[in-house]
Amino acid sequence: MKIGVLALQGAFIEHEKMLSSLGAETTEIRQKKDLAGIDAIVLPGGESTTCGKLLKDLGILEPLKGLINNGLPVFGTCAGEILLAERIDGKSSTYLATMPMYVKRNAYGRQLGSFDTTADFKGIGEIPMCFIRAPYISSVEDGTEILAEVDGQIVAARYKNQLAISFHPEISGNTAVHQYFLEMVEQTDTLNIRQQAS
Amino acid sequence: MAETKQDRIQLNRGLAQMLKGGVIMDVTNPEQAKIAEAAGACAVMALERIPADIRAAGGVSRMSDPAMIKGIQNAVSIPVMAKCRIGHITEAQILQAIEIDYIDESEVLSPADDVYHIDKTQFKVPFVCGARDLGEALRRIAEGAAMIRTKGEPGTGDVVQAVRHMRKINRQIHELTALRDDELFEAAKELQVPYDLVKSVHDNGKLPVVNFAAGGVATPADAALMMELGAEGVFVGSGIFKSGDPEKRADAIVKAVTNYKDPDMLAKLSENLGEAMVGINADEIQTIMEERGK
Repeated sequence: MKIGVLALQGAFIEHEKMLSSLGAETTEIRQKKDLAGIDAIVLPGGESTTCGKLLKDLGILEPLKGLINNGLPVFGTCAGEILLAERIDGKSSTYLATMPMYVKRNAYGRQLGSFDTTADFKGIGEIPMCFIRAPYISSVEDGTEILAEVDGQIVAARYKNQLAISFHPEISGNTAVHQYFLEMVEQTDTLNIRQQAS
Repeated sequence: MAETKQDRIQLNRGLAQMLKGGVIMDVTNPEQAKIAEAAGACAVMALERIPADIRAAGGVSRMSDPAMIKGIQNAVSIPVMAKCRIGHITEAQILQAIEIDYIDESEVLSPADDVYHIDKTQFKVPFVCGARDLGEALRRIAEGAAMIRTKGEPGTGDVVQAVRHMRKINRQIHELTALRDDELFEAAKELQVPYDLVKSVHDNGKLPVVNFAAGGVATPADAALMMELGAEGVFVGSGIFKSGDPEKRADAIVKAVTNYKDPDMLAKLSENLGEAMVGINADEIQTIMEERGK
């Protein structure tokens, strides 16, 4: 099982370390050609405007969108959640837009609004959650399941093989959400997805 | 749940982790900030004059007007940083009051205190500080810095100092990792830093915070060189808005940092960028900013 980690900008090394600690093989995605042969992809935290622009300019956006729409498992954290959203509050443009949900960027304000908490994650239980200039999911459409809420706001959701969360397990040291994602990948026939896309 | 100081340290170091692999650009007005954001900057540094102009103007250089910083905060959605003078506790408090995302306690401005740096553990807002060697880096981290950058020699367009600082810090880290445990006490004494931080670097082979390159980066190749030498991201000060075509240069530097290992792409990115900032050789200048604050 080979997990691609989008390595355009942001905290991608932290995801690679966490996935490696769980026994998964990882590879960095910096160009279109790097997408070949991956069984899943992680979209890390970083700046969504930076990652989104590079996705478009480097020609990764469309092929990746095709793979995700064909069922390639994807896990977006923070900026990654924004890349996946079908709509971004206050913006007319979107990026991958593969996941039926609305997100609000910088929903908790500037860095002084960043915070740590613990909350229940459906199917896992209570886990620590670290929010850094984070977005939240302002609403989801039919078919998108809510997995976690903090103070009445949605901070984790799943739609088919797409998992999006607002917080950063990759820097809090808790592996539960990554484990959850790897189980999602194991249940997917990824060879079939790659063949369909090519 | 009450927030502990440890929580805040993790959140503030965490924001720097989110900036990794990115370019932080100096901007002096909302228009430049928007250009930087559109080009893919992961953050902007708001300041009234870029280092090259500070150097040219001479005199005392201070924190920027908060109204000017707020104008930039309102213009972009990416993190906004601003500089305070070394040791100027009150300028830092003012920047925290306007909810800046990161404070750069910077040698580019005239130092307010020639002995003490700010006790950054007393602030909720994170700080980035410059360092020329491992001792400086760890002293700043002990004082509460959540991110480190090389000092370089700002406003020159000459990358030689940033290269020297990055190589030196990484060499010293490698040297520490090779020591026996019982040699670390002496290493702490020599570096003039707390033992716990020496132990952390020895055990992990890296600083406990993110380390960016800064000072004299003027071209996509300069930015890629700093990544090659182990920088986790790059600050570009005068290099963009002192050049002939800031949009194109900013865009190229962002892409060069992401794909610093791909010479074919770097060659394309380096084409037709217009004039680079003229620059001055770092050994031809009068004011040596890197020696401010040790």
